[in-house]
Amino acid sequence: MSVQDHAEVHRYGPSAFGDNLRRFFSLTYTLASTDFKLTYFGSILGYVWSLMRPLLFFGVLYYVFTEIFHVGTGVPFYSVELLLAIILWTFFLQATSGAVQSMLGREGLLRKMRFPRLVVPLAITLTALFQLTTNMIPIFGLAIASGITPKVSWLELIPVIILLAILASGIGMLLSVLYVRARDIAPIWEVTSQLLFYASPIIYPVFYYNHHVLKYYGKNCVFNSLRDVYLNVVTQKPCAVSAVPVGNNLHLHFIGHFLMTNPIAALIAQARHALVGGGEGVNPSAAFALGGWEYAMIPLGIIAVVFVLGVAVFHHEAPRISENL
Amino acid sequence: MSKAFKLHHRQYHTLKERALHPFQARTYDLLQAVDNISVEIAAGEFFGIIGRNGSGKSTLLKCLAGIYDIDTGQLDVRGRLSPFIELGVGFNLDLTARDNVILNAIMLGLTRKQARARFDDIIAFAELEDFVDMRLKNYSSGMSVRLAFSVAIQVDADILLIDEVLAVGDANFQQKCFDEFLRLKKEGRTILFVTHDMGAIQRFCDRAMLLEKGRMVAIGDPTDVSHRYNELNFGRSVQELGDDRSVDDRRAEYRDADILDAWFEDASGKRVTAIAHREQCTIGIEVRFNAALENPVFGATLRNTGGATVFATTTEYDYGPTGQFAAGETTVVRLRFETWFTTSGYAVTPTVVRAGLGSDTIDLRADLAAIVVHGGRFTTGVVDVPHEFEIERR
Repeated sequence: MSVQDHAEVHRYGPSAFGDNLRRFFSLTYTLASTDFKLTYFGSILGYVWSLMRPLLFFGVLYYVFTEIFHVGTGVPFYSVELLLAIILWTFFLQATSGAVQSMLGREGLLRKMRFPRLVVPLAITLTALFQLTTNMIPIFGLAIASGITPKVSWLELIPVIILLAILASGIGMLLSVLYVRARDIAPIWEVTSQLLFYASPIIYPVFYYNHHVLKYYGKNCVFNSLRDVYLNVVTQKPCAVSAVPVGNNLHLHFIGHFLMTNPIAALIAQARHALVGGGEGVNPSAAFALGGWEYAMIPLGIIAVVFVLGVAVFHHEAPRISENL
Repeated sequence: MSKAFKLHHRQYHTLKERALHPFQARTYDLLQAVDNISVEIAAGEFFGIIGRNGSGKSTLLKCLAGIYDIDTGQLDVRGRLSPFIELGVGFNLDLTARDNVILNAIMLGLTRKQARARFDDIIAFAELEDFVDMRLKNYSSGMSVRLAFSVAIQVDADILLIDEVLAVGDANFQQKCFDEFLRLKKEGRTILFVTHDMGAIQRFCDRAMLLEKGRMVAIGDPTDVSHRYNELNFGRSVQELGDDRSVDDRRAEYRDADILDAWFEDASGKRVTAIAHREQCTIGIEVRFNAALENPVFGATLRNTGGATVFATTTEYDYGPTGQFAAGETTVVRLRFETWFTTSGYAVTPTVVRAGLGSDTIDLRADLAAIVVHGGRFTTGVVDVPHEFEIERR
């Protein structure tokens, strides 16, 4: 086969996007809404059950980290921050882990119909997004019950969630298409996501990233509560417990800044900043925790790169998914 | 166009395996499932695709349906296409028929609005009005196939790809499907039909194509192409029988007479493995005598591929005494008949029997030679004897 022959190949095979974008979105929406309906409205308790998982998780973590480890003691609105982070994390995990075996789950459709292949992992993200939307209700409920007055900055949650969805769909595309070729993507992602969970400020506040805390906490200091840690961080004196008022600026050092470049950490920090607020010392914005707006480009860049990479790899693999399955 | 699959000698399914064997050469055989097939199917044609199992029919259809990507060549599809491949596979068993129909119709290219508008027609055609809100897991397999067929036929496709789906329904439903296909054909739709049923090919198709090992062997008139298919199919049995013959260990035993060979001849005396219906055919049997024999009885039995004996005769019936044969003599016995058998493969079992009342068989060689009869009409009978009808009204 000469190069010229190759150029003349006229393909009709399956592709990532198909030939009609309107159909692409309509299909994604249809698959996602059907799945959503199936999971959460199949039984009377569907919605309750769907909420149960993050809420139970929240309950366990809240008890453990306030009553046993005192991570949350002294942090204002720790419960709201924990619930917000858990629900955002649940969305991310549901969208990415669900995508891993999504192609296998749709094998029947992939083997008999021609439709844009990208619809399959994107529908998973969209289903998770639908659920996230319904899960926002208890978050706002808890925030108001805890005494936070609704404010304009709550709207910032929308771009935060959109960015998280872009990240999740990028990873989802990669995972779904790589799983077709390598089945151990499933356990690999399980371990990786666990790592991400603990590396992100979900069960602990952002200022835990301070290297003083990382260095001294549990080693040669005894803290009664996180408030002590916090005060210690602020005063830059290891082990000293003083009466510096809450509200001072937070000083993160290199390791802290580095850990903040994780897009999930940055997005959760930003979400807490928007929902709870309380000044840069308690809930720093992502840009602040990163050390400036220019550094906020790093997590944003990672999100963009992951998404573009996901689309590119998926586009490359799409024509052969049905035969490689 | 062409399409090949890589058959890896060792397929690595995990990254771990790939990491553990980084230097192992990734060898594979290339299975050329569709090999350089070039065909243009006109709008409004009812086009049949036939071939044995593994000849590439379904791969070709899946390429046409846009499920597999092609390696080389060009593939142009003009108009909306509806595949009837593995009907009902895409259904979600936890959803109701209603949701599944809408979902499937959208997958096949309708908009949500169009899908809703067609919904009643789809259910009516499938005759499932009473089960619309039942979950599909409670459907019988027949019901879900009917539903899937209904969806596929109601999406207003210009091109229909049909892959042996009709094997699943009952006779009544099959007839309904064929009627529907013919109606759509009259409307100018194009239909591509993959099947093993030569009868259906001859009844419905305008043109047919025969595939063998991914290549196009024949294309054209459906009757001619289905004859080629039969030759190909039963021709393989002839080869297999030939192999069996060489390992016949009974040859080692001593007998008064040995059947050395048997074959079929056409009217001109040429040895053949295929013959047209109603043509004169001759079975030749070569016998060597190891001892002197008086009036041995020669016989032959013809069995079709189903194993049923369709014809059996011996020299005892009409020929009478065969005479004296000396030790060491070799004789050829010829049996002439007119081929009234229907299209199938046939194998002959020649026999030499000692004269007398008892059936003292000297030599018998089961299915020693085979032939394919073609060109006959497709009837359910084993023979198609010359016949005529007369209708007398009173």
